[in-house]
Amino acid sequence: MVGELTWNRRLLGLWLPLTALIVFALFPFAWMAATSLKANAELYDPKSNPLWVQHPSLVHYIGLIRESNFLLWIVNTMLVALVATLLSLVLGVMLAYPLARMRFPASGLLAISVAVAYLVPQTLLFVPMADLINRMKLGDSLSAVMLTYPTLLVPFSAWLLIGYFKTVPKELEEAALIDGASRWRAMTRVILPLCTPGFLSAGIFAFTLSQNEFLYALLFLNTSTIRTVPVGITGELIRGDAFYWGQLMAAAFLGSLPVVLIYSFFVKYYVAGLTAGSVKG
Amino acid sequence: MSVNPAFEAARPAPQAVLGGRSLRFREWLEREAVFSWIMLTPPLLFLVAFLGYPFLYGVYLGFVNRQVAQASIFVGLGNFDKLWNDPIFWQAVWNTFKFTGAATVLKLAGGLGMALVMHQNFRLKGVTRAVLLLPFIVPTVLSTVAWQWIFDPGMGLINRVLVFSGLVTQGPSWLGNPTLAMVSVILVNTWRGLPFFGITILAGLQTIPTELMETATIDGAGSWGRFRYVTLPLLMPVIFIVTTFSIIFTFFDFQLVYVLTGGGPANATHLMATYAYSISMGGGQLGLGSAAALAMVPVLGIVLLLMSSYVRRA
Repeated sequence: MVGELTWNRRLLGLWLPLTALIVFALFPFAWMAATSLKANAELYDPKSNPLWVQHPSLVHYIGLIRESNFLLWIVNTMLVALVATLLSLVLGVMLAYPLARMRFPASGLLAISVAVAYLVPQTLLFVPMADLINRMKLGDSLSAVMLTYPTLLVPFSAWLLIGYFKTVPKELEEAALIDGASRWRAMTRVILPLCTPGFLSAGIFAFTLSQNEFLYALLFLNTSTIRTVPVGITGELIRGDAFYWGQLMAAAFLGSLPVVLIYSFFVKYYVAGLTAGSVKG
Repeated sequence: MSVNPAFEAARPAPQAVLGGRSLRFREWLEREAVFSWIMLTPPLLFLVAFLGYPFLYGVYLGFVNRQVAQASIFVGLGNFDKLWNDPIFWQAVWNTFKFTGAATVLKLAGGLGMALVMHQNFRLKGVTRAVLLLPFIVPTVLSTVAWQWIFDPGMGLINRVLVFSGLVTQGPSWLGNPTLAMVSVILVNTWRGLPFFGITILAGLQTIPTELMETATIDGAGSWGRFRYVTLPLLMPVIFIVTTFSIIFTFFDFQLVYVLTGGGPANATHLMATYAYSISMGGGQLGLGSAAALAMVPVLGIVLLLMSSYVRRA
């Protein structure tokens, strides 16, 4: 009797809503994958089951790779995300370390500026940024996005790292200084190695944000061979009013895979980064 | 971290081999403020060049008439005056409010639900959390293209399910009808942002000590009472921060609408961001577009002020 009661409660309070949430979160991806594996005859057959693949076919994947620069777009996206993430981490550390661990004039004001900079949205900056990049003669190059993405990532990384740096007791640093280490050595040999989880959090977060970036890529990457996946797909695979859904879904699916795979290895750190600001603050 | 004299004295004496000048230079480098500013200078220069300067330049552009590849002419408040009398701009403002308001309420309600469901013991909880976060991880443009296909009037998933279930003989044009297009845009934004609320609120829930719940139960509180008088008040700070963040990012959203509807049909889903883009990049009027983007700042400022004053009163 009691067992039955708790079982019913479990069903209504946990399993049903959980299933609904998972289905809601995942059905677009299932639909993406199912579509990409169907040849057009089955894809546009109103009698076929939309979420089931009867005759799996790789025709859209082959077409995608043959007819577009998709593989190049993947390489570009990865390269840009990697460079932007590394640049943001280095600049983020340089910003966060003194703000978290040193006392100097105007440090409070600077910390607030970093938080504000994090909230300045791209939408506000894209018009002048386009003008600026063109005047620097960087338009239509990967360096344009490698330089502009960190504007979104540096304040965030710094903000996250300040939190991590503050958790390391300052006695450790003092001990290193007493032992004759310079501040630089104390930082690179003692404090930074202890903050590896913080780097992983900031890094995986910056990486997924770079993969997601669209506006600057749309503005700055015009030549097909230097495009990233999002701009390539919207710019070249959607041709006029005709939608080649099979190829589009193949591209969306393949384009999502790398970031999802990398994320799956670092979920713990991603969640730590996601919740750091709001739960501690 | 300030260095006290006793501690400074405990450091080993610098080696006498070093010349006096380089020694003083090294000591100077070891000073807290000097070391700090040497570290801070490169990132600050970067942020000033690529964040501060564009921002100020954008403010300047808002007050000039500038076409692509032409010199600027100062027009004072001319751009803002033009926007004030532009019905599409007002429609975009109104759309931005509807979009942000509806999506935020849905994400908050759904996220709270997700957090409460996830705050129970069950197997594979970690995997479930990772899976539920996927909509937030996958690049927005890619998932939005999939949604575009889901909304397709003829062969899209929604209409096929509707027709199959016998509810309708022909499904509506989700992205072709002004009201439905707005509903669709809000739905996709909710789908994408829900996990952010859910997982962050869950992290907040996990910080609430179980003793509090036990005490409340002993005092006779039911599950609703515990939620209303223990959980919710303790979650308020987290909810407030997540909501504020989400409002800011939703308010300035660009890519979702740009990909899903392009602002259409007939400007029904144009947001301030997509409209600013279409004026500046589509129409080549950088000054006017910059003014439209700048107009978002005071609007958002008012929203956030109202919100924080409401929360302070509550």
